[in-house]
Amino acid sequence: MRELSLGQAVDRAIEDAMARDDSIVLIGEDTPLLRAPLFARFGADRVLAAPISESAFFGAAAGAAMAGLRPVVELYMVDFIAVAFDAVLNHIAKLEGFSGGNWKAPLVIRAPSGGWYGDGGQHGQSLWGTLSSIPGLTVVVASTPADAYGLMTTALGHDGPVIFMEPKLLSEEWLEFLGSGGRDTVSFDIPAEGAVGAVPDSPHTTPFGKAAVRRVGSDVTVMSVAVGVHRALEAAAKLQGSDVSCEVIDLRSLRPLDVETVVESVTKTGRLLVVDEDYREFGLAGELAAICLEAALSPRYARVCVEDTLPYARHLEDAALPNVDRIVEAATALVQA
Amino acid sequence: MELAGLYRQMLRARSYELAVEDLWHRGLIAGEMHLGTGEEAVAAGVVTLLGDGDGLALTHRCSPALVARGVPIVPMLRELLGCEDGLCGGHGGHMHLFSKEHLAATSGIVGASLPAAAGFALANRRLRANKVAVAFTGTGAMNSGMALETLNLAVAWSLPMIVVCIDNGWAITTASEAVTGGGHIERARAFGLRADSADGRDVRAVHKAAGKLIDYSRRGKGPAFLLATCPRLDGHFLGDPLLRMARQPVTEGKSTFAKVISSATSRGGGGLKDRAGGMTRMMSVMARARRSPTRERRGDPMLAARKAMKKHESERDRIDAEVATEIEAAVETALADFGENGDA
Repeated sequence: MRELSLGQAVDRAIEDAMARDDSIVLIGEDTPLLRAPLFARFGADRVLAAPISESAFFGAAAGAAMAGLRPVVELYMVDFIAVAFDAVLNHIAKLEGFSGGNWKAPLVIRAPSGGWYGDGGQHGQSLWGTLSSIPGLTVVVASTPADAYGLMTTALGHDGPVIFMEPKLLSEEWLEFLGSGGRDTVSFDIPAEGAVGAVPDSPHTTPFGKAAVRRVGSDVTVMSVAVGVHRALEAAAKLQGSDVSCEVIDLRSLRPLDVETVVESVTKTGRLLVVDEDYREFGLAGELAAICLEAALSPRYARVCVEDTLPYARHLEDAALPNVDRIVEAATALVQA
Repeated sequence: MELAGLYRQMLRARSYELAVEDLWHRGLIAGEMHLGTGEEAVAAGVVTLLGDGDGLALTHRCSPALVARGVPIVPMLRELLGCEDGLCGGHGGHMHLFSKEHLAATSGIVGASLPAAAGFALANRRLRANKVAVAFTGTGAMNSGMALETLNLAVAWSLPMIVVCIDNGWAITTASEAVTGGGHIERARAFGLRADSADGRDVRAVHKAAGKLIDYSRRGKGPAFLLATCPRLDGHFLGDPLLRMARQPVTEGKSTFAKVISSATSRGGGGLKDRAGGMTRMMSVMARARRSPTRERRGDPMLAARKAMKKHESERDRIDAEVATEIEAAVETALADFGENGDA
């Protein structure tokens, strides 16, 4: 076991895998600085510094993956995947289907995600709902250092494309880079268990499609990913002793989704609360409701999500994101309804 | 415009950004803060040529152009402070500032200013006679697909737009030329734009070159491209880790250097040549950052402008005093309902 921050855990997973597997190359902007340790260990042939040309280097990563490499493609933040979306939607995701399953492209997209530090609506989105709707992609979201290491390691051994989301609030490195910039005059509400934690020694993997029950409860199933999991745990702790006992489930993997765990928990509690830092409509919240209906469950249901373009101002952003107060209120209302 | 007028706009932009820097350090501004310090001569030289109806599409480094364009300063500051009476109600922040009355828009997506300006130009051609649109961009952004596509689109549709490409040598923290093929002027000309370059530290040179190109576009001759070279005085953004490491390697670089050494000496990975190559490239980025001009030193366009104003010393002193008063008053007004510790 070692104690790592979430960002370090992702970096370690990539570095460990690159040492094992020569076919892994890393592509991204500013890699000589941002990935300086990898750059110094593996050289410029395996750690490529890309121009600000996302549509080109995402498309190229797809081609490289088809031709035998295993690229890790980095974004500064998942918002910028929009610039490369054709490569993701129409090429990376489609290869396996178009080729009748004969050709798969093993590539990993490393995408920092989410807000809580006041960077505005082009830099704080989550977008996993949009991305998880696309057949042919695997989408995973880490909420602890152990899972960050485990999910990234699994991704680097997977035979198809994986989008790996790394919540910026939980990543000391990203938060320092984008949020504080070396200032001690700003503060953030960082969930401790998400930001730093014990990571089992290599090789440690976390399976895709397997949710983690973070807290056992009996009245409401609270489902989330990323920072939302920690906000839900905090809400559950606040509600402890009341008649609202929350079961908190960290889905970890959205595509594939652990339907069994969802159904099992909702069957037990009869209530489902989705906590999602992504947009409310046509996303994870609706998907989980559909899964329950398909399983012939009709739980009492509520969702605490992002409803509009994320505002820049910290107090407005905090109110727009699924904060603890909103979760407590929604969970309580579900039980009292 | 006379030199004095240009100098005033440069100084307003610089003074505004120094105030913003202070507010950011005090923790009153959230997230990233990309200052345009070093770009004042380009901003003032170009933007003072625009008037009502001309469009302006800007980037994450938008303050100098907005200030010089005359967007009111107090609402901009209130926006950065996250206030509901800010320019965008506290929703936009410094990367997403919009002023409909100035037809001015900004974006945090690299390259996005070009297509936006193309749209402004298209609308202007139909709706506002002899009005143009200007896109500010940087050399890093000129490698994005949307920027290159817009060069072509602008020519194909003969749009009244001018791309002002600032070359400060950097694409975020990477040396721009290390990730760029060909020259920017050559690229623009190859697409069929009228292209020129100017010393972006010399406001009169920028004003003159931009004036010709804007005039060309106003007369319906088609799109134009101006490459202006100037320094980036405060890194990619405030707190830029590259600058911090380069300028204070012992305190700021320690943990990064330790990680790099540990990885570079780990078993498995590249051969000696790969590792040496990787280290060399990294160190050269550091050295380049260390050599970057700083404020009030040689290469700072404000120094050059002040020097050029030497012949009009009394006017310069008057402008200095007026701008100082204006910005101080704006900051005071913007902070009026903030407490001692900056609590709103």
